[in-house]
Amino acid sequence: MSEITYIRGREPHPRETRRIFRNIDREGYNPSIKCFMEDGGYETLKKAIKMEPADVVNEVKKSGLRGRGGAGFPTGVKWTFIPKGNTKPVYLVCNCDESEPGTFKDRFVVHQDPHQLLEGMIIACYAVQAHFGVIYMREEFPEAAKIMQNAIEEAKKKKFLGKNILKSGFDLEIIVHRGAGAYICGEETGLINSIEGLRPYPRIKPPFFPAAIGLYGCPTIVNNVESLCQVRQVLMRGGEAFAAEGAQRSPGTRIIGVSGDVRRPGYYEIISGSITYGELLYDICGGPKRGRKFKAIIPGGASAKVMRCDEVLKDRNPDGTVREMSVFDIPLDLDSIAKFGSMSGSGGVIVMDDSRSMPKVLNNLNRFFAWESCGQCSPCREGNPWMLKLSTRICEGKGSPEDVDLLKSVADNICGRTVCAFGEACSWPTQAFTTKFREEFLALTKPINALKAHSPETAEARKYLIRED
Amino acid sequence: MSEQPNAIDALTAAKPSPGEKYFPKFEVTKELTEEAAKLVALYPEGKEQSAVLPIIHMIQEKHGYICPEAMPWIAEMCKSTPIHVAGVVTFYPGIHTSCPGKYHFRVCRTIACALSGGEELMAYICGKIGVDPASLTDEHPMAVSPDGLWSIEPVECLANCGFGPNVMINDTLYSQVTPKMIDKLISEYSKKD
Ligand SMILES: Cc1cc2nc3c(=O)[nH]c(=O)nc-3n(C[C@H](O)[C@H](O)[C@H](O)COP(=O)(O)O)c2cc1C
Ligand code: SF4
Ligand code: FES
Repeated sequence: MSEITYIRGREPHPRETRRIFRNIDREGYNPSIKCFMEDGGYETLKKAIKMEPADVVNEVKKSGLRGRGGAGFPTGVKWTFIPKGNTKPVYLVCNCDESEPGTFKDRFVVHQDPHQLLEGMIIACYAVQAHFGVIYMREEFPEAAKIMQNAIEEAKKKKFLGKNILKSGFDLEIIVHRGAGAYICGEETGLINSIEGLRPYPRIKPPFFPAAIGLYGCPTIVNNVESLCQVRQVLMRGGEAFAAEGAQRSPGTRIIGVSGDVRRPGYYEIISGSITYGELLYDICGGPKRGRKFKAIIPGGASAKVMRCDEVLKDRNPDGTVREMSVFDIPLDLDSIAKFGSMSGSGGVIVMDDSRSMPKVLNNLNRFFAWESCGQCSPCREGNPWMLKLSTRICEGKGSPEDVDLLKSVADNICGRTVCAFGEACSWPTQAFTTKFREEFLALTKPINALKAHSPETAEARKYLIRED
Repeated sequence: MSEQPNAIDALTAAKPSPGEKYFPKFEVTKELTEEAAKLVALYPEGKEQSAVLPIIHMIQEKHGYICPEAMPWIAEMCKSTPIHVAGVVTFYPGIHTSCPGKYHFRVCRTIACALSGGEELMAYICGKIGVDPASLTDEHPMAVSPDGLWSIEPVECLANCGFGPNVMINDTLYSQVTPKMIDKLISEYSKKD
């Protein structure tokens, strides 16, 4: 393979290892099957389709590959959850809803390198013996839907898709199904309802684990775009070789999207665990903007708990002694940051510097969650607008100190009491912001506001106040 | 339909919009029916209802929005019921029940874009196309300019967060958008026929 050149100004950083993003921003590369095949495309499929499906699953299991959609569930293990002796059809759905704020990675694959996803998806379908696959594409990617559709036609012509793929006797149809602008369609059971033509209300687990009861009541595997591309890498490089690279518990490369207050925001593909958050933000992203200091990091998409940059974290050395560190010393893999109460989720890192007001940032997130709640469970449907109201009130300087505690207590009462993980996703930001930046919230409040005319009683009590508010 | 307006009729009732003059009115034709049948055929047998969203997208692309008359027809095409289709239509923010302008702005208002000036940009575009930002509420997130050429709608994260503020005009994404770029885009689009 020849030396790769990238479009000027968009070259990868020297510390990156481009695997999934190998062809992103590559000079002279386009989404056609010709480009992809000249780059060794579909060779892995040819290899995989000669293996037994169970061996493909084993290879993925051996690789230790973990899902890139947010939860980090081991992909190979998920595939084995299809009930033994199942007689129903099996479906495979590619989750390209990419709607977690701060996450931007799948977009580039489906726009610039669609065949990579298709090859990974065909291999995955073969492994779980699915004959019908759906690419669930968010509505805001209309061009990608066309590109993907076109890629499917091209692949059919070359016999990589359709009946009797590469004379193996394996049949597979893949279609593109477009969403319509709802975040909750990213949740796998909501997504399945959306494909069924229902309102995308998430289903309760148990019993509705997709691998057992999914699309049309049949076993269904839902995987993220990046996960499926990684499946191709696993088969290309071999499970053991894949497992040997990067962090032991989350091997392979990861695509990290950095947004917010850094000098060079963008997407970077790095080997999992090979750098720390500090190296990412200072070396790769160029550090804070002129005259500014980093203040806070949201490390894994908007629903991950925020980390304070000046907080002293304590970690245990292998010999049992305690060592002090900051968020910048945490390695960038799936698990390390979980020890400190946050998550690395979908790889979207949002950075804020000292010019930002934390209550305002939280207010923006609360508006997002209030808008996107599907409305099925009362704590989530009612709690989110309530949190939004409280944070708005605090931002406007009309809140009282009690409102800060109330805000946190609303969040505490949502998580763990809902049908889907949105309940956690929406309450974590509020919990973390109000705990870690409590003083900023309090600074905006006034004790006198506790007696604001929120109710007839307080309006009455207010008459006796002598101070103006 | 009964004389008495009920909540569902009210929910799906046509809301007049100046954008309508730029889109053909919804009409059931042989071609449309055939196209819908093709979409239905993509899904496994007996699962016609899955084609609800694809058919909605097809109609929205052609006619701008989903009018009340379209819902029973969609239901017929995918062997569902009008009330079910109405349920789907009213759930998704991406499905419009009134007509957008010929060129539809979608402005990301979520965190990363907000950090890079998305909110100010939103106000700027509203001013340019003659829309009152205060008219955009959760119940009516879309506003159309009086001449029907433009419409604007705040949306959540467009998955291009590193390069905010992000704005879509119809199907095209523009990133790192500045007021100057908006001026240029608006004059370019107005010249298109
Ligand atoms: C509220 C919510 C939103 C989600 N949004 C997405 C999304 O946009 N994209 C995605 O791939 N996974 C999303 N997920 C995770 C999926 O439910 C699911 O875990 C994932 O698609 C599994 O794929 P993986 O195993 O390959 O990671 C979301 C989950 C929740 C609870
Ligand atoms: S937690 Fe929220 S988003 Fe999830 S099902 Fe309940 S109401 Fe819907
Ligand atoms: S926050 Fe605007 S694109 Fe993600």
